[in-house]
Amino acid sequence: MLPITLHQHSSFPVWLFSEATAVCRSSRALPLGLLGLVLLVGALPLHAQESPYIVTYDHYLEEPGSLEVEYFSTFGTQRAGNDFHAFWAEFEYGATAWWTTELYFDGQTTFNDSTLFTGFRWENRFRLLQREHFINPVLYIEYEQTSGADKILKEVEGHDVEADYAVPNAIARQEHDHEIESKLLLSSTFAGWNIAENTIATKNVTGGNPWEFGYAIGASRPLALKASAQRCSFCPENFIAGVEMYGGLGDRYSFGLHNTSHYLAPVIAWNLPSDWTLRLSPGFGLNDNSHRFLLRWGVSREFSGFGAAVSRLFGGRQ
Amino acid sequence: MRLRTFALVLFLLTCGVALAQDRSKPAVKNISVYAELMKAPKKAVARRNPLATDPDAVAAGGKLFSLHCAECHGEMAEGTKKAPSLFADEVQRATPGTLFWLLTNGVVRRGMPVWSKLPEAQRWQLVSFIKSMTPTSKPADAEQPHSAQR
Repeated sequence: MLPITLHQHSSFPVWLFSEATAVCRSSRALPLGLLGLVLLVGALPLHAQESPYIVTYDHYLEEPGSLEVEYFSTFGTQRAGNDFHAFWAEFEYGATAWWTTELYFDGQTTFNDSTLFTGFRWENRFRLLQREHFINPVLYIEYEQTSGADKILKEVEGHDVEADYAVPNAIARQEHDHEIESKLLLSSTFAGWNIAENTIATKNVTGGNPWEFGYAIGASRPLALKASAQRCSFCPENFIAGVEMYGGLGDRYSFGLHNTSHYLAPVIAWNLPSDWTLRLSPGFGLNDNSHRFLLRWGVSREFSGFGAAVSRLFGGRQ
Repeated sequence: MRLRTFALVLFLLTCGVALAQDRSKPAVKNISVYAELMKAPKKAVARRNPLATDPDAVAAGGKLFSLHCAECHGEMAEGTKKAPSLFADEVQRATPGTLFWLLTNGVVRRGMPVWSKLPEAQRWQLVSFIKSMTPTSKPADAEQPHSAQR
């Protein structure tokens, strides 16, 4: 935990700078940072066809040996409290063609309050069937260690409601959650459309909290199905648009929609030939328990051959 | 605290296994990697390329190849330690439908991802490009290869 209190309306670059400065003061951090840089330089950028979803998962995993580095941001409005800007960094690695492992670092700024590092998550996704089927299942297992101040809303589950996020950071950060989260990801691709359905079951292993449930569904399609012959940034096939909906389904003792929040969010991704992907998603709360508005955006870049670069570094075969 | 230690150990174990996965056998000379082509169902084998007469399909397929496939199969499709050459007879003799089936389903066990994330039309464009390649377009044999365009 590295809480950093900043002035009012602090923005991400300020937080990043402060965080980076604090971390770099540590004598171990600099060699580790340099090592990471060397490995990324040793890996090649790879163009990937990234899905536009920010909350929903489809069944496509990271290419084996590739590392995708992502940054996401969520601005949320808050009734009876201060608006917030939550952000997270993701490091997604394709261990095999059927297994992707991913590490997240979360933080948030609550306006008129403070900026906090709110925890980390480690997720694994396993493709259950070798070939493509009409419905393709993927098993998702995540361990997360976050504070009560975490606001990235990467998934909505149980009885998560807007009022939970109005608590001042100084109080919310005193709550420490250790959660095991499992999801069954189902996804189909037909006539250019991707349809994905995720069911979520989460257990906070600290305290006697019950299993909580949630869902996310999404549909998306590239703006053009055929590729153009030239490399281009603005070709319609580089854009994938869609919509996702997500929300909570209560817990083991009160399953259902009562006292839950739900969101509907159009999504768009722009896969640039320069190996970057940009995503944008304005989200709208569907009931009084939801934040009225969430604006999410993200930027990512994929590096192929990252695994091979690490392997070479430790004496692996060329 | 015990949970944290357990998570850390599990994470390090994952990193180790993940990195070990990368040290796979070289694919270039491994004939058995082509065996997957024989597993295509008859219906898939018989499928025709709807873009076979599209004049832009090969060029578009070449672009897609350099974006998505060249990293593993080599910029000229010559094969690398990660994935086999696409000039091999097994590939060039395969029907368009067989190649389309393989692209769609991948060979997950051997590290080839499924490419159904590309729309069908783009997978057919890739098939058009692969079928257009000839041994003479190998970089070793041709001064100006027309295969993968970076």
